[in-house]
Amino acid sequence: MEILKVENVTRTYKIGKLETQALRGVSLSMESGEFTALVGPSGSGKTTLLQLIGCLDQPSSGHIVINGKDVSQLNRDQRADVRRGTIGFIFQFFALIPTLTAYENIEMPLLLVGAPAAERRERVKQLLEAVDLVNRSHHRPDQMSGGQQQRVAIARALATKPALILADEPTANLDTANGQQVMDIMARINRETGVTFVFATHDPRVIKYARRVVTLRDGLIVENNGVLEKPAMAAVGA
Amino acid sequence: MNQLFKMAFRDLGRNRRRSFFSALALGMGLALLLLMASVITGEMESSMESSIRLQSGHLQIRAANYIEARSSLTWEDLVVDPAQIAAQVAALAPVKVATPRLYISGIISVSDENRGVRVIGIDPASAANAPYRDGMLSGTFLTADDRDGILIGKPLAEILELKAGDKANLLVNTSNGDVDQQLFTIRGIYTTNITGYDQITVFMPLAKAQTITKTENHASILFILLKDREQTGAVVAAIQPGGYEVKTWIQLNDLIVQIEDLSNSYMILLYLIILGITATVIVNTFIMAVFERTREIGILAAMGMHSRRIMAMFFAESSLLAVGGIVIGLIIGGLLVAYFTQYGFFIGNMGLNGAMIGDTIYAHLTLKDVLTLTSLTFVVSLLAALYPALLAAQMEPVEALRGGK
Repeated sequence: MEILKVENVTRTYKIGKLETQALRGVSLSMESGEFTALVGPSGSGKTTLLQLIGCLDQPSSGHIVINGKDVSQLNRDQRADVRRGTIGFIFQFFALIPTLTAYENIEMPLLLVGAPAAERRERVKQLLEAVDLVNRSHHRPDQMSGGQQQRVAIARALATKPALILADEPTANLDTANGQQVMDIMARINRETGVTFVFATHDPRVIKYARRVVTLRDGLIVENNGVLEKPAMAAVGA
Repeated sequence: MNQLFKMAFRDLGRNRRRSFFSALALGMGLALLLLMASVITGEMESSMESSIRLQSGHLQIRAANYIEARSSLTWEDLVVDPAQIAAQVAALAPVKVATPRLYISGIISVSDENRGVRVIGIDPASAANAPYRDGMLSGTFLTADDRDGILIGKPLAEILELKAGDKANLLVNTSNGDVDQQLFTIRGIYTTNITGYDQITVFMPLAKAQTITKTENHASILFILLKDREQTGAVVAAIQPGGYEVKTWIQLNDLIVQIEDLSNSYMILLYLIILGITATVIVNTFIMAVFERTREIGILAAMGMHSRRIMAMFFAESSLLAVGGIVIGLIIGGLLVAYFTQYGFFIGNMGLNGAMIGDTIYAHLTLKDVLTLTSLTFVVSLLAALYPALLAAQMEPVEALRGGK
């Protein structure tokens, strides 16, 4: 099933009178269950593409269709609704709310969708087990290592069982061992649950995990190496 | 909702010192408002109480054409046979006391020192004179048959350097438009603690006052005190004034009512200034918080949090800060008000002769003022958070996420 379709998307930023074209007509299609890396040098447009797919930003032209719905021209709150129900994010910096515990950070997206208390409890417990952080559930971000924080971020991204998880340089701030552990978890969850992962990276150790690599340069896709294996469905996610 | 307040509470705890000082500013503002309101209420209530006790009474019966400010002594401006009317009025159950009084303009002089005074002829036996009898500082109170004795207030005694037993010349107007004078003995010196009143008011027995002014069996007014001022309307309805008019304490003190209205208008202006300063502190606190937490706002927006919920988060923080500030304000304000209710502010003589403002103003805080000012403080705190909350809610997620990087 096609989960994502990007059609001839451009994104132009205006800084004063200067215009910069971050994306210059990108088209891409993605099936459910993919584990895809967006690669390319700095300034190639991979983060911009990820932000547009994630409904964090709007394209200057072209269309983005997620789960059959065109999201290119939605207003601010409509885009927030799409993000809340369909998309999970993992950022390069460990984007947790510092005043909340691991448990509460994972619970936050569930609160935003109005999940009942019992369901929230069950789901957070399940996710903490999935990222192997049950014993850290009541720790706040500053009491956890970078790797642990990023695992909490993965669990949080999965909380509402989104169709699509977008990760922007998820291992960039981690050492090799922690980076590998994070990628192992992401790959395992993708295999077990079938949730689609798209991650932007230029780390070769991360790229090797991808089953498809899309290479960008100067705002264009220059290589689209699609190798897709259907993962097995299992308990944790969708 | 719980999560919102839980986050708000923890966010305030991130910078405890800043949150504490913001709440303290709010609390100081509220404390100041409570103190100001209680002082104005205390002053106005005490002015009204003093005026009723000493000057207006709850009711007055007087001739329709009597003009108080002129202390007219013309017979047609006066009440005839006041003792008889007083006896009738005093027979009414809600009436505590009814007594005739005669007001006379005069000049008191000792050697070459003169002072304009208002002489009041009183029935010395009446219970209405309790404030003067209780305020006697030296000498003795008047008796009905005293023919050459007067009472003067402490400030007048100080100005004229008089003490009980000394003599002073008193020149008074008479009913036929002439003046008469006599050497009187200072029987005693009193105080009501209202300098402006004590400085110009001289008492003499009613019989002597009627004799010297040639007003015979007349009085300026019938001074009536009630057991409960709520009974005013009922007593007015029950009195048969027989051609005279009945004035209530509200009509007789319209100047105090007007001053109270004016004070309240000024107070609103002062409230706004104080709350404006307080609001600035809160706006500043939350703008700093928004800039410090830009990236977190971006994360929450990325998770799909709507703008209105982001705003609600700041309002939750602001309301918690307001609650903290209100608690501090009620404690500090409560202590200040308690102190000034007990000991008062000594303001001395304000230089307002005849004004019923005591030398000391005692605070009096009403429940209505507490509720109004507390609610106002709360609402202002929420309003102060509006701009920072809008600032946070209007951030584009991409910009917010980038801003924190």
